[in-house]
Amino acid sequence: MARDLARNKHVYLMLLPVVVYYLVFHYLPMYGAAIAFQDFNPVKGIFGSKWVGLENFQDFFSSFYFSRLMFNTIAINVLDLIFGFPAPIILALLINELRWNPFKRLVQTVTYLPHFISVIVVVGMLFDFLARDGLVNQVLATGDPIAFMQSPDWFRQLYVGSGIWQHVGWGSIVYLAAIATIDPQLYDAAKVDGADRFRQMWHITLPGIMSTIVILLILRMGSLMSVGFEKIILMYNPLTYETADVISTYVFRRGILQADFSFSAAVGLFNSVINFGLLLAANRISRRLTEHSLW
Amino acid sequence: MVTAALPRRRIRHRESRAERAFGLGNLLFMLALMGVTLYPLLYVLFASLSNPSDLTQHRGLLFAPLDLTFEAYRRVFANPIILTGYRNTLFIVIVGTALNVLMTTLGAYALSRRNVLFKNAAMFLIVFTLFFSGGLIPTYLLVGQTLGMQNTLWALIIPGAVNAINLIIMRTAFSAVPVALEEAARIDGANDWIILFRIFLPLAWPVVAVMILFYGVAHWNAFFSALIYIHDRDLYPLQLVLREILISSSVQNMTTDVSSGDVLAIGETIKYATIIVATLPILVVYPYLQRYFVKGVLIGAIKE
Repeated sequence: MARDLARNKHVYLMLLPVVVYYLVFHYLPMYGAAIAFQDFNPVKGIFGSKWVGLENFQDFFSSFYFSRLMFNTIAINVLDLIFGFPAPIILALLINELRWNPFKRLVQTVTYLPHFISVIVVVGMLFDFLARDGLVNQVLATGDPIAFMQSPDWFRQLYVGSGIWQHVGWGSIVYLAAIATIDPQLYDAAKVDGADRFRQMWHITLPGIMSTIVILLILRMGSLMSVGFEKIILMYNPLTYETADVISTYVFRRGILQADFSFSAAVGLFNSVINFGLLLAANRISRRLTEHSLW
Repeated sequence: MVTAALPRRRIRHRESRAERAFGLGNLLFMLALMGVTLYPLLYVLFASLSNPSDLTQHRGLLFAPLDLTFEAYRRVFANPIILTGYRNTLFIVIVGTALNVLMTTLGAYALSRRNVLFKNAAMFLIVFTLFFSGGLIPTYLLVGQTLGMQNTLWALIIPGAVNAINLIIMRTAFSAVPVALEEAARIDGANDWIILFRIFLPLAWPVVAVMILFYGVAHWNAFFSALIYIHDRDLYPLQLVLREILISSSVQNMTTDVSSGDVLAIGETIKYATIIVATLPILVVYPYLQRYFVKGVLIGAIKE
């Protein structure tokens, strides 16, 4: 132990800032989540505030918002799982079928690009193009313009669709990287056996990236109950809360805008625990059904 | 005698009609996809360079600026809050990315060493945060109140000093450095700092470039921390200014000299010009780093 400390003293010095960072900015907040069980008063702090047990959780479960928030959160995720998850896989398979390398590179450069645009700009463009007198309504030229951004019926499609537009190219990189590791001899052998492009794709490329797909699917299942608030708080408005309001945006409004700390910390903690449970479950199911798992 | 070049041994088969049809369909799909990806951005560019009143009267798609003018850009750059936004964002990007890359590199090097005690414990500490967090509210109270970073740019820099995924990518890159190089350096009396900065960093440069890109872009585009921690308009980063202009549609301070009838028209072109001004720096840098980041993501993917 002492010898190790002497030998590796520089290494421990390097590790120290990272460990301190994680303890302060990730583990202190986990401890701070204890305010979910309190009637937290910022002046009195965690040690001075009154403990109330599960009262905040009970308030949330019995509130009018509970079922709507749960439903919206899951609905957006299910839509994204059905359309958003396979999109980069399909794109990677199709890019892989392009024969002319300069064109392949051009497609990649162009499709990766929107990933680097800020969410504010993307939502700003949505508002602009989808306004009642915006570009989309001009092109559709139906006599009766559609108020896309004010309509609860359009929110989920726009949220998931703009997400695919922005991230499909970026998401395909990891699958293209997996395809690049497939042994080219497998394709040669298949050609000798007379397999055409479709059979090669089905019997070699797809199985070759299956482990990547399964791993990413497990991670995706682990976030089935979480939707990032950053894009939604920009996109939604009281007219669309009916379909747009999810757990994280509700925590943001109640906690930060209305300073209702204990209640919103309870909602957030409930969400974190569910996500962690989902991840464990997905990992366990995957380990049983396939040979792939995170750990 | 020199033999004629041997035909390349490549197994080919004649493509069936279905395969050729697929190839053509795939090509057309890719062209359409590129169109759908790029056109919104091109429209914004053309509209930002258009004459405001022509643009209001125009219906449908644009394929070139209408009556080219730089009026909107003149107004955007004359707006003091855009300039302070740029200044704040540059500060956050430069200081933040420097801190990110330094911390990530040090941590990744330490965790890539073979014979370090507590290495697995430290790794677990880091990876666990990918799957579980205390939530928004406790973090907000800690950063804003307990640590007193409310209304300072540090609130946008320090709480995100390390990204666990990037740390793992960097660690994997360092693990690939041959042990012989390090041992040779140790025999010459080099300590860990020299080994890290003279051997590991130059060898892992492509991955460092990816880290700079990932962290830099994340800082450039971030708005949520600023939204909750920053109240003082002089400290607004560019994205918060953009939010006001694009989403709350507030262009008053750029149109004070315009008659009320024209405000709407000029306001539209100002929005488009603001998007270009805020996005162009990233779009210019990114193609140069593209060849690096494919490699960076690949390393991370193999690790998984």
